[in-house]
Amino acid sequence: MKVLGFILQKEFRQIRRDTTILRIMFMLPIIQLVIFPLAMDFDVKSINISIVDNDHSTYSQKLISKIASSGYFKVVSAETSFKKSLAYIEKGQADLVMEIPAGFERNLVREGVQKIGISVDAINGTKAGIGGQYLNSIITDFNVNIDMNLRGAIAPEQQGAIDIRYTNWFNPRAEYKYNVVPAILVLLLTMIGGFVTALNIVKEKEVGTIEQINVTPIKKWEFILGKLIPFWVIGMIVFTLGLTISWLVYGIVPRGSFLTLYAFAAVYLIALLGFGLLISTYSDNQVQAMFVAFFFIMIFILMSGFFTSTDGMPGWAKVISDMTPVAHFVKTDRMIILKGSSFDDVKMEFLYLVGFAAVLNGWAIWNYRKTN
Amino acid sequence: MEDNKAIICKDLTKQFGDFYAVNKISFEVAKGEIFGFLGANGAGKTTAMRILCGLSYPTSGTATVAGFDVYKQQESIKKNIGYMSQKFSLYENLTVLENIEFYGGVYGVPGKEIKKRSDELIMTLGLQSEAKKLVGELPLGWKQKLAFSVAIFHRPQIVFLDEPTGGVDPVTRRQFWDMIYQAAASGITIFVTTHYMDEAEYCNRISVMVDGKLEALDSPANLKKEFGVNSMDEVFYQLARGAKRSGE
Repeated sequence: MKVLGFILQKEFRQIRRDTTILRIMFMLPIIQLVIFPLAMDFDVKSINISIVDNDHSTYSQKLISKIASSGYFKVVSAETSFKKSLAYIEKGQADLVMEIPAGFERNLVREGVQKIGISVDAINGTKAGIGGQYLNSIITDFNVNIDMNLRGAIAPEQQGAIDIRYTNWFNPRAEYKYNVVPAILVLLLTMIGGFVTALNIVKEKEVGTIEQINVTPIKKWEFILGKLIPFWVIGMIVFTLGLTISWLVYGIVPRGSFLTLYAFAAVYLIALLGFGLLISTYSDNQVQAMFVAFFFIMIFILMSGFFTSTDGMPGWAKVISDMTPVAHFVKTDRMIILKGSSFDDVKMEFLYLVGFAAVLNGWAIWNYRKTN
Repeated sequence: MEDNKAIICKDLTKQFGDFYAVNKISFEVAKGEIFGFLGANGAGKTTAMRILCGLSYPTSGTATVAGFDVYKQQESIKKNIGYMSQKFSLYENLTVLENIEFYGGVYGVPGKEIKKRSDELIMTLGLQSEAKKLVGELPLGWKQKLAFSVAIFHRPQIVFLDEPTGGVDPVTRRQFWDMIYQAAASGITIFVTTHYMDEAEYCNRISVMVDGKLEALDSPANLKKEFGVNSMDEVFYQLARGAKRSGE
């Protein structure tokens, strides 16, 4: 135990001296938490639409003004032919083209049915998809109104349409920040655990001091704990800092218990530190370690529901997602912070994380050789 | 094992694929001896030394260091040796005192003793005004002297020095060898590799490795006699010019 004390003393001294890394570790939460949630708003607000009105009737004008006033669309041009409108998509100036056919009003009034052509630019998939949906709902709404106008005089209560209203539970105004802030807290721990530890140990390899360590009677576990504990402490401080910023800037206070949240953060950090350690045992220099860590952290971020939902993933992708410790913490972190889930609700996820921590660290310790 | 031997090696071999880095070398080093381990670049010196320090497993042959087996008792070996590698290996972003404290601590030197010995050490090295400076700020010669002092700080039985004076000026090299003599006088066995033939003259006995094999082993005077030459330089030249391997 005494030896561990000397190692820890040395590590903390070195961390304190490396002011660049230290500053980055503490700037990271501030910058990420202040900028990302504001910048990453997936609501699509300005969809450029080009309209071809072949009908020039009251109804078609009503529909157009309804679209223009919805707040989501910007009518960039009104053309006389579909071909001309399409040119706007081709030039990237419009995301959508809506073509109102001649006889629109007449058909609607007489037959109650009319088709409208909508073409979307699918290069920007999200924008086009969401734009298409918005447009659809505006038109549906328009339909209902027409329907009401037509039948209204006779029997409004016969109106059989089912009205769907969404309520966003746990995030009532569907604000993106509530989704993103908990994810960034996880990202912070991921960066510190995954990158900083790996680089720290590999640096000792590069400089040659690890050889000097390997020739001392320091035990494997002493060396590894000596490396893990300082970064674990820093990680927990950064996490606390992150929570404080979420509260000060966004007013987000975890609804669940702090104890549960910290228990998860603690175990998650151990798992990620083990991951960093594992990378360091396989890399010879910092460039290698950086590249490998980056490769995996990219997968973690894209596959684990940081910014996109994992529910829509195909089965095989979900399997990969479940195999990252990140996915489990992102999920529970949101549950605890936004929903107020108790430890009982998330205990399976806790076991997963404990498993990851055990496997990654065990593997790293096994692969770290003082003699080879 | 014989009581007065610090290192005993028999047919020690390290093979990487079909490359014999160390090829059946056998020798013994007596306690308190200054043993020079010579060889051209790539001759296998560092590999052999790493095996003896418990950093690397041999492929075959036997060896004991301080009475411990290099296959099974590496950790016991590590408690009883000091090692100074080719690469400078103190922490440049720790101060002189912090480095001493750390290495003293991990070898289990008691706290009070660390304090006492480091005060003495700073005095002997004349580093009073540098004790609280970062090691990275010291000139190379001082760094090497400090590294050596740290390697023997825990009073090991044997100290392994891998080209300790590489890149150091002649005056400092001379001082360095004074330190080695002092350590030897206090009973520490010195196992040293070098490329400087004047340094080879300072050793009690010398071995010369060529292409992974041990080609000569005797005192400098006897070797010169045997090869009928006047300097160690010529002994080394005669042995090493037949070498097929070069470069590390």
